[in-house]
Amino acid sequence: MTVESTKYTSDVTALQPQLPIVALDSVSARVGVTTIIRNADFTLLSGEVVGLFGPNGAGKTTLLRMLATLHRPASGIVRVLGSDLSGPGRFDVRAEIGLIGHVPSLYSHLTLRENLEFVARVVGEDGGSVQRVLDAVGLGGAASRRAAVCSYGMQRRVEFAREMMRVPRLLLLDEPHSALDASALGMVEHLVRRVCDSGGGAVLASHDRKRVEKLASRSVELDRGILS
Amino acid sequence: MRVHALAIARRDLLRERRAGEVLWVTIPFAAVALLLIPLAIGTDQPTLERIGLGLFWVVVLLFGVLIAIRRSAAETPEQRDLTALLGLDPAAEFIGQAAASALLLLGFEVVVGAIAVVLYNIELALWFWIFIVMFSAGVGLALLGTLASVIARSVNAGPTLVPFLVAPLAVPILLAATQALNPSESTRSILSWVLLMLITDLVLVIGGMLSARSLQETR
Repeated sequence: MTVESTKYTSDVTALQPQLPIVALDSVSARVGVTTIIRNADFTLLSGEVVGLFGPNGAGKTTLLRMLATLHRPASGIVRVLGSDLSGPGRFDVRAEIGLIGHVPSLYSHLTLRENLEFVARVVGEDGGSVQRVLDAVGLGGAASRRAAVCSYGMQRRVEFAREMMRVPRLLLLDEPHSALDASALGMVEHLVRRVCDSGGGAVLASHDRKRVEKLASRSVELDRGILS
Repeated sequence: MRVHALAIARRDLLRERRAGEVLWVTIPFAAVALLLIPLAIGTDQPTLERIGLGLFWVVVLLFGVLIAIRRSAAETPEQRDLTALLGLDPAAEFIGQAAASALLLLGFEVVVGAIAVVLYNIELALWFWIFIVMFSAGVGLALLGTLASVIARSVNAGPTLVPFLVAPLAVPILLAATQALNPSESTRSILSWVLLMLITDLVLVIGGMLSARSLQETR
């Protein structure tokens, strides 16, 4: 897969007003008794790609999990796709959010195809799309291998294949380039483009500033809980 | 919801087929337990015939919990995040997991039941009732085990808490299953025990489905 590297804001957004995909208003987050994020304000518009940078332990993963509705804020208002996450609306937006974290979420006893078939059944995709996305990430020939015997890089590719199949409106990538070889790097960009072209937005948390800045329309820094 | 529940049940059965925990670990150990009990309490045939059915259900309860909390069905935090973000209905997830466990438990009951009948020379009532009782008890234990696993996970207690939750709540199921298959019971009496099991199953289904979302949120 060859995809040109350019700063990316979707053409779709040129035709319509940019809608907020994410809006944080004075949001703080805690893990246990430790405050990880302090009074953060942040907006992600439709078609936008934001690079999120910061040192280890800065709170990047917590922020992504909070945007994914998986971590409740201690205070402030988090709106994702128009829903206030403090209310029951967070359940409705979940199916529109795609998160690829550090640790793959594959079922180790299942093959790569079976892992994606499970997702396809839940999201109502047909079986043909499974083979299509496996081919797109270069794993068409390894579809019947169990996830347990696949390398970390291959498992990461399957996670990208999963998000290509469902195309979320909010894409959250934690260290997206980690463990991917040169031939797979274009896959990250391809997925981000697809999400933005369909009116969504993406946040990419990374230490690889060079690669992410090529793709992002703007960048934010998170350091000791302060988002700037 | 039906599609989601079927997808979960299919996934769990596939994982179990690959892991083989029930077939290669739980069933052989349960068979060994049934073999060892006569060595501990004596091989007096009338005694074994009298208490055989009760012993069978105790073994089903003890090993049935292991089936409900089997390692192949355990999920990592990342897998739980994935199912949440796929928009999977937590109630459907509960039903799907319980359905997979119930199928495995029914298979377990049939195999271990056959061993118990041969070893203890258990006299059985009508086959129709045997099927109904095994089904109701299997479904009940599967629902109970699944619900206990979800509760244990939501309070970060790990699987050690599960037997403590299951044991007291399984009493009506165990009591009804033992009594319903007792040869001295009349058909009317069997029916009332079966009804007790079915009501317990229904309460567990409703309780599990209603609490699924809030338990998912606290995990």
